[in-house]
Amino acid sequence: MNADFSAEEKAFQVQVREFLQKEFPAEYKAKIDANIRLSKEEIVHWQEILYRQGWAAPSWPVDHGGTGWTHAQRHIFATEMGLIGAPEPVPFGMKMVAPVIMAYGTEEQKARFLPDILSSKVWWCQGYSEPNAGSDLAALKTSAVRDGDEYVVNGAKTWNTYGQYADWIFCLVRTDTTAKKQEGISFLLIDMKSPGITLKPIVLLDGHPEVNEVFFDDVRVPAENLIGEENKGWTYAKVLLTHERTNISGVPRGKRRLRALERIAADTDDGFGNTMMDNAGFRGKLAAVEIELLALEYAELRTLAALSVGKAPGPESSILKVVGTELAQRMDELFVELAGYNCLPYLPEQFEDGFQGTPQGPGNSASAALTYFNNRKLSIFGGSNEIQRNIICKHVLGL
Amino acid sequence: MDFSYSEEQLMLQDSVQKFVQKNYDFDTRQSIIDSAEGFSRDNWQLFAELGWLTVPFAEEDGGFGGSAVDLIVMMEEFGKANLVEPFMPTAVLCGGLIAGLAQGERKGQLLTQIMEGSLQLACAFAEGGSRFNLACVDTSAKQEGEQVVLNGKKIAVLNGPCADQLLVVARETGERTDRDGVSLFLLDPSTSGVNIHSFANVDGKQSANIGLSEVVVPAINRLGEKGAALSVLEAAVDRAIVAVAAEAVGALDTLLQKTVEYSKTRKQFGTPIGTFQALQHRMADMFIECQLARSIVIMAAMKLDSTESAEAKTRAVSAAKSRVGLAIRRVGQEAIQIHGGIGMTDELDVGHLFKRVTALAIQFGDADYHSERFASL
Repeated sequence: MNADFSAEEKAFQVQVREFLQKEFPAEYKAKIDANIRLSKEEIVHWQEILYRQGWAAPSWPVDHGGTGWTHAQRHIFATEMGLIGAPEPVPFGMKMVAPVIMAYGTEEQKARFLPDILSSKVWWCQGYSEPNAGSDLAALKTSAVRDGDEYVVNGAKTWNTYGQYADWIFCLVRTDTTAKKQEGISFLLIDMKSPGITLKPIVLLDGHPEVNEVFFDDVRVPAENLIGEENKGWTYAKVLLTHERTNISGVPRGKRRLRALERIAADTDDGFGNTMMDNAGFRGKLAAVEIELLALEYAELRTLAALSVGKAPGPESSILKVVGTELAQRMDELFVELAGYNCLPYLPEQFEDGFQGTPQGPGNSASAALTYFNNRKLSIFGGSNEIQRNIICKHVLGL
Repeated sequence: MDFSYSEEQLMLQDSVQKFVQKNYDFDTRQSIIDSAEGFSRDNWQLFAELGWLTVPFAEEDGGFGGSAVDLIVMMEEFGKANLVEPFMPTAVLCGGLIAGLAQGERKGQLLTQIMEGSLQLACAFAEGGSRFNLACVDTSAKQEGEQVVLNGKKIAVLNGPCADQLLVVARETGERTDRDGVSLFLLDPSTSGVNIHSFANVDGKQSANIGLSEVVVPAINRLGEKGAALSVLEAAVDRAIVAVAAEAVGALDTLLQKTVEYSKTRKQFGTPIGTFQALQHRMADMFIECQLARSIVIMAAMKLDSTESAEAKTRAVSAAKSRVGLAIRRVGQEAIQIHGGIGMTDELDVGHLFKRVTALAIQFGDADYHSERFASL
């Protein structure tokens, strides 16, 4: 038993690190360190840099232009990206719709969609949740009625992340209203420029319209955009949901944020002549978070090691989502605690490029509350943490 | 990277599992606890024959190899069965101290006796005022020619009642919490002035408080250099911490498993209580705790087996003990709660496991102590 990487893996780690130091644009890194959002163009530019390196899609097979990396290599790549703060490619195309197209799409569909996902020419978004179908996703009602060579789509999707940037949306739609709710669902790809689609931004607690509601009003979609068989969409979606449960724990990002907490604590007065780093209560909480991060890191490595010897990622990996997100949220609390009054001014524009103000307090103190609010999403999205616990109960504990 | 056990480790695991299945049901364990010595000498002899007592020791000392991962393989299985035999005090803690401090012929003799199963040992380190700080030693050692005179009071000496020899931590020089000046003495418990007050702990383990009044030991019974035992003591205790943490991981697994089983059979309101989501999610959390506890113990064991610095090792061990301490509270309490009234009774093994893990959470320092130790490094 050992947690060491092989000589080849270590060499790969060095290669990734050198690449990121050289190629991840310094101005993007500066923005990310200062909590400034990258624009769509900047995100796409970064993905194009990865694409030119051949590293845009770590989990794709070589046939489709992926890296063909082992699980260990993917882990190393994700870790190095996280440590430097480089954003992972937007997941909706690369990690979510592409594997479904690869597994269930026709050759034509693969040829049509996959290359543009890989090269970041096309931005995808997700059309799953609906106003009345959240955790109970199969209760979705958006309908697609076949009319000749087309489907006519009506309904509404919600919590659609960065739909304002998207060229295409992959949707779960109801094609049979008479069947059991899981059995009447189909997987449909829709061009966001189609007539009848309107987007309504939803402003979140941090003041940013990160998500949207998407309305479909008699939207005509070519039938050739159906993936796989009609009414089998739920099966395909489930495959997608169990996909990529590793690298979701956010350990590298957690390590970066832990260091930030230490720096801010050392720069924050405790009001009694010392800094918050000297405050025993705070130090105790910080130590607890660091210990949890260690436990999580090794839980993830154990999953990874199991994957590497060909075992499927079991439902045990649900714990990575639960623990990873809850730990990230604990760190958000600590940022708020350190910031104190400094995070109370409501300044949503502080995340925008070109912000001229001078945020109060050390480090990113001024953004602590807004980040805390925004990150409440972590335990809600991607299958809420309650749903993850249901999965553990059903598939691990047999309850 | 490889988190699987080696062939040898799997054999070791299998050997412990077979023994436990055959010889260690709940009633047998209860009768062992109720016996005069509180553990089974027959079992101990069997451990020796099976080679288990060699596991903590390096090959050059005649052992199985001495890796911390080997140790956690065994300890987890011991934990699952709530084994009472004093493996940790004799073989891991005292064995580690002797391997680290004793010299020459004496070292060889003592280690051989441990591995043959003919020697029971107990280490007297804790005192009424020391809490978990190993450097806090009031017990004094005054050298007079070829002899040393010990005075002081030791508490929480696991396996003290049955020990053939004691290893006593005493201060030769310096102030109460100085790192320098602490020595380790091999002491025959029948020596005049040694007063052993024996008792059983809440988990059925035999323990003792030991008074030392003008106890005379030959100076040659000092193991290691004069006043320089602390760092070896800390290293041996760190190893023992990983052992007890692994034991706790095993015990927590059993607690989770028994709780889930019970929830599937116990019916209330006409349905198994395991169908209630209020309980299901608590069991999911117990599972999460068990996984995190196991992960961090594996981390600590691998660190101990690595070539990293002593400080990195200590940090890893404290992280593990702290996190396992939390898991013990969460899993242990929920196991009792979900069992309800029956979990409170002495007749069910769940309560005994709960008591055992509670003792393990305290042994060598609780979660808060180790969190602070982790943060201080």
